Amino acid sequence: MMNEIVVDVLVIGAGPAGLAAAIAAKKEGVSNLVVLEREDAPGGILRQCIHNGFGLHRFKEELTGPEYAQKDIDTAMEMGIDIRTGTTVLSVDGDKRVTCVSKARGFEVYRAGAVVLAMGCRERPRGALGTPGSRCAGIYSAGTAQKYVNLMGYMPGREVVILGSGDIGLIMARRMTLQGAKVKACVELMPYSSGLNRNIVQCLNDYDIPLYLSHTVVDIEGRERLTGVTVARVDENRMPIPGTEIHFDCDTLLLSVGLIPENELTQQCGVQMCAATSGAVVDDTLETSVPGVFACGNVLHVHDLVDFVSEESFKAGRAAARYAMGRTAKTQKTVAVQDGAGVRGVVPQKIAMTDEMQVNLMFRPANVYENKYITLYADGRAVHSVKKRILTPGEMVNLPLADAVCRQLWDANVLTVAVTDTKEA
Amino acid sequence: MNASMYDILLIGAGVTGCAVARVLSRYEGRIAVLEKGEDVAVGASKANSGIVHAGFDAHTGTKKAYYNVKGAGMYPQLAAELGVPYQNNGSLVLGFTDEDLETLKELKTQGEANGVEGLSLLDKQQVLDMEPMVNPAVTGALLAATAGIVSPYEMTIALAYHAAQNGVEFVFDAPVESIDYKDGIFTVTAGGKQYQARAVINCAGVHSGHVRGMLSAEKVAIVPRRGEYYLLDHTVKCPFTHTMFQCPGKMGKGVLVTPTAHGNVLLGPSAEEIPDGDDTVTTREGLDFVLEKCRLTWPGVNTRGAITAFSGNRAHCTDGDFHVGAVPGASEGAFEATGVESPGLTAAPAIGEELGNMAAAYLKLPMKNDYQPAVPLNKAFFAMTDEERADACRRDPLYGNLICRCEQVTEAEIRDALRRPVPARSLDGVKRRTRAGMGRCQGGFCSPRVVEIICEETGMDPLEVTKCGGESYLLTGTLKKEG
Repeated sequence: MMNEIVVDVLVIGAGPAGLAAAIAAKKEGVSNLVVLEREDAPGGILRQCIHNGFGLHRFKEELTGPEYAQKDIDTAMEMGIDIRTGTTVLSVDGDKRVTCVSKARGFEVYRAGAVVLAMGCRERPRGALGTPGSRCAGIYSAGTAQKYVNLMGYMPGREVVILGSGDIGLIMARRMTLQGAKVKACVELMPYSSGLNRNIVQCLNDYDIPLYLSHTVVDIEGRERLTGVTVARVDENRMPIPGTEIHFDCDTLLLSVGLIPENELTQQCGVQMCAATSGAVVDDTLETSVPGVFACGNVLHVHDLVDFVSEESFKAGRAAARYAMGRTAKTQKTVAVQDGAGVRGVVPQKIAMTDEMQVNLMFRPANVYENKYITLYADGRAVHSVKKRILTPGEMVNLPLADAVCRQLWDANVLTVAVTDTKEA
Repeated sequence: MNASMYDILLIGAGVTGCAVARVLSRYEGRIAVLEKGEDVAVGASKANSGIVHAGFDAHTGTKKAYYNVKGAGMYPQLAAELGVPYQNNGSLVLGFTDEDLETLKELKTQGEANGVEGLSLLDKQQVLDMEPMVNPAVTGALLAATAGIVSPYEMTIALAYHAAQNGVEFVFDAPVESIDYKDGIFTVTAGGKQYQARAVINCAGVHSGHVRGMLSAEKVAIVPRRGEYYLLDHTVKCPFTHTMFQCPGKMGKGVLVTPTAHGNVLLGPSAEEIPDGDDTVTTREGLDFVLEKCRLTWPGVNTRGAITAFSGNRAHCTDGDFHVGAVPGASEGAFEATGVESPGLTAAPAIGEELGNMAAAYLKLPMKNDYQPAVPLNKAFFAMTDEERADACRRDPLYGNLICRCEQVTEAEIRDALRRPVPARSLDGVKRRTRAGMGRCQGGFCSPRVVEIICEETGMDPLEVTKCGGESYLLTGTLKKEG
């Protein structure tokens, strides 16, 4: 039997989510807290996001990714939070037994009072798309290209086509253009972009990079290094339309076709998962179906803005600390939250009715809508309705619920969030 | 002795060539393997079903049948000796019609005539009991208890390691351009250089017909047959424990659903004759065909867990059989294993044994006194128990540094792959040896780090590192100097 290191709260990941959770847990009064981070430095993916635009909501200023991360790293250091870098978690079980390895300390086993899962997400690779053609060099996910450029100082290509219009792809269109590459096209399967509108404007339009909506890559050519791709328009079922092919000579194909929460550990420990978000099912304290296991940030659902990752993770850290210290507010009952018409992936998926409940519902619109309302129903009765001028799947919606609204939820069995044509409440 | 003078030159470092090389490494003599690609196992040996076939498919009396059955029998011990992932999981050929049931009976009879043991016919209920997830329309099956699954590229790599450990030289980026014969000496021009030897062995796979043409006026026609596959992540639980075939067709053993030796699910292959043996693209039609056919075996099949699609080209000889032995119509000292398509992976150890010993006997090479047993492949960190992991980290702290998250590959394993006797030289070379980049993120996270380690170990600049040799460079330049 191996020695177990006993901790009150164990945070997995020291990206923005893990850092915020650790800071909040420490503030809540937990003393025995450890953060495990697989990279050699904390900060997560922000370390390679050297563009600005981070922190507008939280800090009211425009920061680069590393600047944003540094603020939390500094805070964590000042608080004496124990961040163990170069440490990869291998397993988590339902008893909150966690195994990990590091070069510095070898194989270790932790036993935690509460675990916060903050592993972030990964990019969907080419293989998951089933795009036929060659498997040559020159095909990268946008984040991998970003790492080569921003952290290693190397250019992955000269003539680029980008498949998908996720934010990292858009950011890399600009970054590679500024470094002298020719970005020939950004190709998006859907009739709308999956990235933030501000990135379409600032990263594509400002550099005259054409965006091909309702198009996809149908062939990839090149025996050793990529030599070109063929793009075709797709019909309403997203199937390529013969005769619409456009060929681009290029040496690089960047993929920005979606982010997938990295939930292998989550699933190992038996947490109930949500198909719509590919993350855990959580309540409004970010607790999963396994007591004492919490999830926050992009491992829970993919966010657009790190500010909201931090906000969500503060909540998770606080709740994890309270759980570990036996101070969890007494739950009267739990109410499920469902996706209604036009809504995908509401988080949290359930609300634990307590005297302290603070609820912010987050989700993505299922399509592009103009001048609609977001309405919350309690057992079919509208209790809250707000107008939205523009709704698009690329921009996550926050629906904070005031105390007055929360009080109306106590008697409900099921809550539903939907996009509606009119103000319902 | 001239620096380029050898006793034996092998052409092709696929599984067959490496199996022959390993057998030859038991003998005194200077032996080299000339390989067109940048590594071993870069042709059909890296892209096939990874099946150790029992041996009932090939017609009785053919070389295919003989080497298949003999090779299958060698696998359990050989895989253990080399440390190659192999499991004897057994296979089922499924029947869905009365005609199929007749075919299954014929296959059993043929298999028994070939000397295959452990064949039995199952009725519908027996199949369902054994594999409950199979299409309930199944009406019967042929069970082959001796069939297995193996990691084909690791088998090839391990054979090459062992051969190199005992002195066989491997020359990469050396496509054979011509072969001349004079006064008992073959002069092989490959990659612009000349190599001489008293014997040559053609194991050039899909190009073996071309090489045969350089050795003899008696040509054989090798037609590349492309097979496309889907590979699913090991988080998708394989619905079957056996390798699940359907009744064979004119173009081969049909589409299978199988667990791999690493616990993934493999779907495929298609079978399409193509003109260019190096053309390994995937096609919409090929992949759709695979999925459509697999549905008969596994109605719930889908590609949600797909991590990649790939294709490989089998070296199909138009006469349907392997050619193993002295090259007909050639000068003395020319040997071959041509037309080695499926079940070539299974047959390779047996071909290696016979062809290697035949060539050594021809040259009267004496056995070595200092022949070294194989240093087996390391047990993958991924496959270790907690205790083994703790031990590995104590032995080498680099086991504590995980580079590939998806397949849990450590820095120690990647560095080992770059230090072995036939070291990896590219990203794909590291991938085949360690599985780094072979998982669900397809190298998105680990490839920049693997590039750095390759540079540290080889002294290469990152701009020189390739995905798979040739012009497959990963990076095209450094950043503009700012300011």
